[in-house]
Amino acid sequence: MSSILLQVIVSGLLIGAVYALFSSGLTLIWGMMNVINFAHGDFVMLAMYTAFLVWTAFGGGPAASVPIAAVVLATIGVLSYFLLVRHIMRGPMLAQIMGTFGLALLLRYSAFWYFGANFKTLPDTLLGPPFVFGSIRVDAPRLLAGTIGLIVTLSLHLILTRTALGSRMLAVSEDATAAQLMGIRPEHMQAAAWALAAGATGIAGALIATFFYTSPTVGETLAIVAFVTVAFGGFGSVPGALLAGLLIGVIEAVSAFMIGPVYKDVIVYTLFVLVLWTRPQGLMGKA
Amino acid sequence: MTAPLLAVRNLQVRYGDLIGVADVSFEVAPGSIVALLGSNGAGKTTTLNAIAGIVPASAGQIEFAGRAIAGEPAYAIVRKGLALSPEGWRLFVQQSVEKNLLLGATPVGDKARIQHQLQRVYAVFPRLAERRKQQAGTMSGGERQMLAVGRALMSEPKLLLLDEPSLGLAPAIIETMYETFLRLHKEGLTVLLAEQSVDLALEVASYAYVLQVGRSVLCGPARDLLNNPEVQRIYLGVG
Repeated sequence: MSSILLQVIVSGLLIGAVYALFSSGLTLIWGMMNVINFAHGDFVMLAMYTAFLVWTAFGGGPAASVPIAAVVLATIGVLSYFLLVRHIMRGPMLAQIMGTFGLALLLRYSAFWYFGANFKTLPDTLLGPPFVFGSIRVDAPRLLAGTIGLIVTLSLHLILTRTALGSRMLAVSEDATAAQLMGIRPEHMQAAAWALAAGATGIAGALIATFFYTSPTVGETLAIVAFVTVAFGGFGSVPGALLAGLLIGVIEAVSAFMIGPVYKDVIVYTLFVLVLWTRPQGLMGKA
Repeated sequence: MTAPLLAVRNLQVRYGDLIGVADVSFEVAPGSIVALLGSNGAGKTTTLNAIAGIVPASAGQIEFAGRAIAGEPAYAIVRKGLALSPEGWRLFVQQSVEKNLLLGATPVGDKARIQHQLQRVYAVFPRLAERRKQQAGTMSGGERQMLAVGRALMSEPKLLLLDEPSLGLAPAIIETMYETFLRLHKEGLTVLLAEQSVDLALEVASYAYVLQVGRSVLCGPARDLLNNPEVQRIYLGVG
């Protein structure tokens, strides 16, 4: 394999791991409570601004902004659950859609109001020079984002499948009444799901901010990627989001390299439609 | 006479305009096995669900260990020591047998006690120990029943509510199941049992109440009810 192609695949995998991370929050909320969070992209946007604020306030890099964004977004997630989602869940499907969509607009225009419409970027030098492995060069922010993206997505999966908390959360999603008979308070588990999902999204956003511009509408752009990743991987499945995120990252990078950057979205969305055509539940979703 | 562990007085449960339970009263003495009898639709399941807190009582009192529990959420009631093995089992089918059991132990905080209780349940139902890693959804009806009962036992209840434990099971399995209930009872567990099968229930119960269209209409020591023609009449709807 040519070293350039290898380079392309590695950068595809790294960006794919980030896609996986910021999509897993969306898929987790759906899997837990059948709610689509249309404000998901704007959660990423808030995390990116958090990273920006951390840098302007005291020059902090990812070592500070990642944990801070995780905590800030987890808090926003829990607040969104208790103040909004918990109530609209009792309403019809349309109320749920409009509810989280309204939250998205609220967050987006608050960002316009507070930060202005100008694009903001963190300095390229924040993380030092690119890493070189043999013939492959990787920008430091992307290497960091990809590695942490992979680790956090896998941790999220392990929390859901290997811990008592994960088992209780799954129990609530399977049968909330039966879960109550076990002494589990469904609202607490759903709030925990929002904390985990939004916290993971916070980590993703703070990492993306190190190599991508931040603006009040950046969430829209990113939300499309998240929705495609989740639908591709299977709604509700974190391993599905991981697989789909990595695949989309690699396909994008390889088609941009082989055919041309203009066509990468065409290729990705064509494959996406083909997959859903033959497997509507996504790669790892339940039929 | 000792104070009852559970006392239900004039319980009424409405689903909108429908009346699930009209007027049910009964008591369960500590250390006893009490049967709730009645044909399909008599209100047994609704009564148990109201006691466990998963359907709201519209009127009447429910007292457990001397305290009013009506109106409290189900997750709080099970923490007081009242566990229900519900109709249709309601297992967490996507999770393993052992995880279902551990979920049942949620009210018990102490890890050592949970492990101890887990081993006890495995001793009572060795089949569950063999299948501990298996997904609950892949088990047979008898195994699911064992798991539902085992899961309820994991919370270390003072009172175990069993909803139709014989439903849909092969006679041999029913027999084992009932032997298990007797054994648990000898170890000090109080049981409230809803059964359609009169003979079966009266064999293990010391006292029984008969429900008919949402009302408790008859009660007495199990041995007396066994030979009471009135029970037959209520069941068969004759006369």
